[in-house]
Amino acid sequence: MTTLAVLEQRDGVLRKISFEVVTGAQRLGVGGGQPVEAVVCGAGAVQGLDQVAKFGADKIVTLTSPAFARYAPEGYAQALAERAQQGGYRALVFAATATGKDLAPRVAAKLGVGVAADLTDLAADGGGVVVTRPVYAGKALLKVKVASQPAVLSLRPNVFTPVERPKSAASETVAVNVSASRVTVREIKAAPAGSLDVAEAQVIISGGRGLKEPANFKVLEELAGAFGGRAAVGASRAVVDAGWRAHADQVGQTGKTVSPSLYIAVGISGAIQHLAGMRTSKVIVAINKDKDAPIFKVADYGIVGDLFEIVPKLTEEIRKLHG
Amino acid sequence: MKIAVCIKRVPDSETRVKIAADGKSLDEAGVKFVLNPYDEFAVEEGLRRKEKAGAGEVAVFCLGPAAAQETIRTALAMGADRGVLLLADKIPVDPFESAKVLAAELKGTSWDLILFGRMAIDDYNHQVGSLVAELLDLPCVTAVSHLEIDGTKGVAEREIEGAIEVVDFSLPAVLTTDKGLNEPRYPALKGIMAAKKKPLEVKPVQPGSGTLEIVALMPPPERKEGKIVGEGAAAVGELVRLLREEAKVL
Repeated sequence: MTTLAVLEQRDGVLRKISFEVVTGAQRLGVGGGQPVEAVVCGAGAVQGLDQVAKFGADKIVTLTSPAFARYAPEGYAQALAERAQQGGYRALVFAATATGKDLAPRVAAKLGVGVAADLTDLAADGGGVVVTRPVYAGKALLKVKVASQPAVLSLRPNVFTPVERPKSAASETVAVNVSASRVTVREIKAAPAGSLDVAEAQVIISGGRGLKEPANFKVLEELAGAFGGRAAVGASRAVVDAGWRAHADQVGQTGKTVSPSLYIAVGISGAIQHLAGMRTSKVIVAINKDKDAPIFKVADYGIVGDLFEIVPKLTEEIRKLHG
Repeated sequence: MKIAVCIKRVPDSETRVKIAADGKSLDEAGVKFVLNPYDEFAVEEGLRRKEKAGAGEVAVFCLGPAAAQETIRTALAMGADRGVLLLADKIPVDPFESAKVLAAELKGTSWDLILFGRMAIDDYNHQVGSLVAELLDLPCVTAVSHLEIDGTKGVAEREIEGAIEVVDFSLPAVLTTDKGLNEPRYPALKGIMAAKKKPLEVKPVQPGSGTLEIVALMPPPERKEGKIVGEGAAAVGELVRLLREEAKVL
């Protein structure tokens, strides 16, 4: 049976997370060569959509409506649920992004099921699917059997590294009619220029109370800048609660759970709720003046000392590498 | 304004997770349970909306075990008017089953707003609010971090990756609340005393078993022991070398 991979676009351009969704959907077909159908909602042609074939989509479908210029929660949900009802799919796979978290439950409810959300692993299991999802902010992993037909799944970003499996995918564009919406996105306000969301960054430099005052986050911003647009600045709960940084930047159990390639914790002692949010990072570096700080227990590499001497030096070294 | 707030009892975020003997659940011995932090924003927003309207009701609904009465009392101490415990020994694994129980209870009353926290910090399902909205056929905006309401029109802001979505919606509606929406009040002693006298109804429910079945609850893979590269700025060179050559992330 076919798996439906639900792609994302913003402003008519395919988002990279879509490749992770297709790669994740592929996992359900391993061994059986089960096809993957990729679907995207848009107002018209979606730029970059053809790239999906590289990651193993057998078919690429665009569901179009004039209402889809921006994310249309009710319209997207209706169009996808109708597609799913016609298709007889084994599973619907979403990304657990801001949009995916909003959209997947709407579609699932229309199909009379719930979402197995924020998965870090999935595999076919007979007619069903077995999935793994972090719970308690990653302090434990829950392995769950999903028996619903279809299974509605969402994948944690940055976990399913896209794997190329080129195919010559058939394309299809379907104009859909959707009901008048009671919820409409009026506007998308860009975040301050150049800022990258911690949930999507490959490199995160996070700061805690050790920074001493809000203005000192400048040293972390400079380090992030040295990575040339790949890095975001994160924050511990303590400094968010103190109003030093925005909640959007908070990493931890009551903030974001992140899995970047490189996580640099600066002046963060490592409270259990913070560790929970970043322990799945591929490589963790800790910089802290207290050699007994719990952060060093999860860090792959640590430097003990004054962050105001260490971080600028690190910024200089990273600049050299990228310069 | 008639406002329903759905809340959950969850282990405190400082909890060290120990897995129970069945290998499928949390060992609750010694665990401190609290009102889910994201639900605090929902309770607070309900109270503020009622206060602004100058009239109405904030009713709190909670699906959970008998001990969740304490969680409801916390919301009542903050200022909610009454509570309803939908009593079940276990919260269903399948969030759709939780949503069905809540929707059945909420149905039939004309709520202006139904509020949820955007997710619970235990199961991370972040969907029960949306599922309830679908079951009740109400408009829904999730992860709201800013809200304005004028009559039956609302404007909400929600954070998306690297941007903010500004969303128009109509009331009645289901909203799920994110941090940043408000600063939840601490229950004052007077509120705590008053909460003891507020109505708290207990209704036994029987959630279905759903389509999700737990295979195992497991500890996360241990990170292998790291190393202290050195002290001070002098260690930076070696750190960069390790990140390039050993970890291969630069």
